[in-house]
Parts: sequence; structure tokens; C-alpha cells
Amino acid sequence: MEKLFMKGNEAIAEAAVRAGCRFFAGYPITPQNEIPEYLSRRLPEVGGAFVQAESEISAINMVYGSAATGTLAMTSSSGPGISLKSEGISSLAGAQLPAVIVNVMRDGPGTGAIQAAQADYLQATRASGHGGFRMIVFAPASVQEAVDLTVKAFECAARDSNPSLVLLDGCIGAMMEPVILPPLKKTERLRYAGAGAKCLNPSGKDVMVVTSTLVRPDFQEVLNKQAAEMYDRWGREDVMAEEYQMEDAEYVVAAYGTSARTAKTAIRELRNEGVRVGLIRPITLYPFPSGAFARLDPHKVKFIMNTEMSIPAQMIDDVRLAVSNRIRVETCCCSGGIMMTNEDVSEALKNLLSQCKEGVE
Amino acid sequence: MSGGTSESKIMVGGFGGQGVMIIGQLLGYASCEAGKNSLFLPKYGPEQRGGTANCTVTISGEEIGAPSSRKVDVLIALNQPSLDAFAPAVKAGGMLLINTSLCKNIPSRSDIAIYGVDSDDIARETGSPKVANIVVIGAYIEKSKILTEEQIFNAITKKLGRKAELLALNRTALKKGMESVRSLNSPN
Repeated sequence: MEKLFMKGNEAIAEAAVRAGCRFFAGYPITPQNEIPEYLSRRLPEVGGAFVQAESEISAINMVYGSAATGTLAMTSSSGPGISLKSEGISSLAGAQLPAVIVNVMRDGPGTGAIQAAQADYLQATRASGHGGFRMIVFAPASVQEAVDLTVKAFECAARDSNPSLVLLDGCIGAMMEPVILPPLKKTERLRYAGAGAKCLNPSGKDVMVVTSTLVRPDFQEVLNKQAAEMYDRWGREDVMAEEYQMEDAEYVVAAYGTSARTAKTAIRELRNEGVRVGLIRPITLYPFPSGAFARLDPHKVKFIMNTEMSIPAQMIDDVRLAVSNRIRVETCCCSGGIMMTNEDVSEALKNLLSQCKEGVE
Repeated sequence: MSGGTSESKIMVGGFGGQGVMIIGQLLGYASCEAGKNSLFLPKYGPEQRGGTANCTVTISGEEIGAPSSRKVDVLIALNQPSLDAFAPAVKAGGMLLINTSLCKNIPSRSDIAIYGVDSDDIARETGSPKVANIVVIGAYIEKSKILTEEQIFNAITKKLGRKAELLALNRTALKKGMESVRSLNSPN
């Protein structure tokens, strides 16, 4: 297989095409502009369509329209644009339509800074729109993983008739790395009509009603129960995490995306000095790999250092829920678009280590 | 430093328009072709023409961790502001390669290897000021041995090789860059 040297954003765009995406609508925003730029060229080559919409809101509704007529679709943006799309993302979930949404994060809140940050964890995992729906959230830490997880995001979206989200920071979008691309998948026109349609017309076999407007509370509750079962199933079957140097770890870094790979360099350095430190890297942020944290032995692990390019820390809520106060949770954070360095991580770890020693004495 | 499994972080800094990103990308492409792991990270932000530009390339035989570090193994400084700003970031035992056509104040550090290349002058002699960045790559691979002339030239052919006459010019620039530093010993 040929290894190409590709930019994260362009690799995601090509992966989408190979996964069967044949429609993209978006509106420009840094740091994700290479995705629409690439797809504007590439989609017509495979018989797909690209639209630069007049706004983020129209873009997500075009994606809804595409999904409703049987075409796998994607949109991408950065935090401020994802906020604008949130009503449409909720509608996709409500109407049970598949689509992939890519968020290349910058710093926030508000318009924020355009440089790399991990500012949208809570938005991605808690509420990418109203109504209490969930999406599988994939968080790549390399260009290769960005490709693999984009493909997976399309597979899960189609499998579940639900939107899924790929969440990366501007660093992974902008950087170039060697990557092996998957083969071009043969696309089939699928007939999408969610269970919502069946509620509206229980006797209908071939009625393609696509809606998230369910006026009868009993219909709505049936759908919500089905969705809840689906979210539980994700928790059992779709959780992904990487455990690095964890076998004998007494100190644990919790980090995803760029922060996680940055922490790996620091961990290697500290391991050379004999410090037993490891990393738990959530790859799916929802469902969160709580088990990896819940399994930690509080008699062995002295602390967890939650490491994020966000101030205040956001993933820390999930880490704390998973360990339920049995293990001390500390933080190492930066924000504003300032890149986390391995020196930041190793200094923060060393500080905590010296505090631990003082505590013992 | 000479490839293998150990990791090398190279920072390239200069003005926008000097080919800073091309240097980084060519090192990345060539390393990828050579079967190594490589990571090219451009610094991006609200910039203007003639403003600062810099990027970092990490080359390793193993999995690459941090895309961004406070310290680097190599700094390639194409102008004085980049040299002044980033020279302190070079690790002890590292390398500093300076475009001496534009940089006159050379930092005094005895713990790193320092080399100068008159890249703009050599490029003009070669036939075009545009190939100054290729001269610099030549000088860098000659001193670091991180990639071979052929590996870099293949990357140039793939990425910049649309016009045959420019390709020949780039080949000459690469060779001249290599020759210009061959006999240089680091003052340290």
C-alpha cells in the first residue's frame, strides 16, 4: 500500500469520499478550510456534489436533505460554525438520518482564536444541539487515525441512522504525516426513512416520511427509548481507547488528540528516568471509555493528570465520573491557541511527583 | 541525528515568501518516501505578506509523539528575526544553519554546531533567487546526512517538477548548497 504524505484536513476529505460520501455542504472557517477546498475538486470526479452554502445553517440543512434522499453526506466547520449547525444536527438525530460532522477545533468561547485548541469537548459530548440526543464522537491523534476514524464515522452513521462527529484540533487538521488511504468503497443509494416515519404511518411499508416532528408523545417516547438503547449499545460495543505504558503505571495521564500524543513524548522521557507513568487516551469521547479509568487500582495509582488544550479542563468531568473520587485528579492545561508541548507535560508531571513525595515525608 | 530510530526536530523560520513551508514539506515528503515517520507542522495564524513564517518537521524511525516542543534539534534560520527569536530553542548538541546572505549577527553558542550558507547569493548565481530555499536544503542534508541528495531530489521532482528547466535549476541549487558547506567545520 502506498504511503502518502498528507495534510490532516485533506486526508479527512479523501477518506470521506472513499467511505462513500457523495455530498458536502459547508461554509468557510479556519482551521478546516482545506476540507471544503479539497472536496470542491474531488467530489465532482466521483459523481458527487459540493456546495459552498451561504451559511452554516443552510449547509447542515442541505446535508439533512441529502441524507433524506439516500446520499451519504458530510459537513465540516470549527466551533463557532458547529454552534450554528446545532439545530440541524439535532434535526438529523430526531429524524434518524445518517451524516458525518467534522469539527476542527479552535479556541473559544465566542469567535475565539483560530489556532489549535480542544475547546469543544463539552459541546461535542454533551449537547451538539437540543433535545438530549447523542452522537458517537471520534477523536483522532494522527493523520492516519483521522482517516480511519472518518471511515468509521460514516460506517456508524449509516449503521445507526444517526449523525456521528469527528472531533480534532487545528494541529491535526494543519499538519502533514504519512498515511495509507482505504480503497474507494462502492456506493449504493440507500433508502433512508427512520423509525419516526413508521410511527407516523405504522401500516405503511414504502412511505418515505422523514421528519423529527412527532406530535404524539407516545410515538416520541418510543423513539427516545430506542435511542437510549442504541446509546447503551455504543457503550458496550463501540468504545475505543489506547492504553500506553499502563501495565505498571503509578501515575496516569488522561488526554486525547494532540495533547495525548504530546504527552507520549513526555512519558517516554520520564520512563527513561524510571518514573512509572502511563497514558489513557480516549479515542471515542462519547461513548467515553470509563472502564479504562474505573479499572485503575487506587492503591497503585497515585494520581491522574487530565491533560487538555482547554482552560478550564472539560474532559475532566468524565474522568472524575469514571474514577468516582477514588483517585486524585489533577490537570495540565493550556488554551488560547497555544500549543501544548512535551515540556509542559513533563514539568507538570514532575511538579505533581514532588508534591507526592513531600506528602509521604 | 543522522536518521536511524532517533528523533530529530527541525524548525525552519523566515519571512513569508522565502519558501519556508516548502523546505519543511520537502523534508517531510522525502522522509515519508524513505520509509520514516515524519510530521510537518506549519505555524498558522492571521498573517500578512512579508510577515513571519515558520514550521517544524519531525523525522523519526519510531512513532512520533509531540508535534510541538519548546526545544528543537535543528534551526534553519532564513532571516535575522527568526535567528534571534529561535536560536535559544536549539538543544545542546544540536545544529544551527544560518542564511548568511541575510543574517549578520550570529549568536555565540559553543554547545551547538553552527553553519552558514549564503543561500540568496548562491541562488542568484545559479540563475534564480527563487531557489534559495533549495540551496538551504542542500546545505542541511550535507551536514546532517538525514536524507540523501537523491531522496530530496525525488521529492522535488514529485512536488515541484512540472517545468523541466526549473527542475534542472533546482538540481543545481541543491548541489551547490551541498558543496557550499562540505568543507565547513563547525567553529565549535
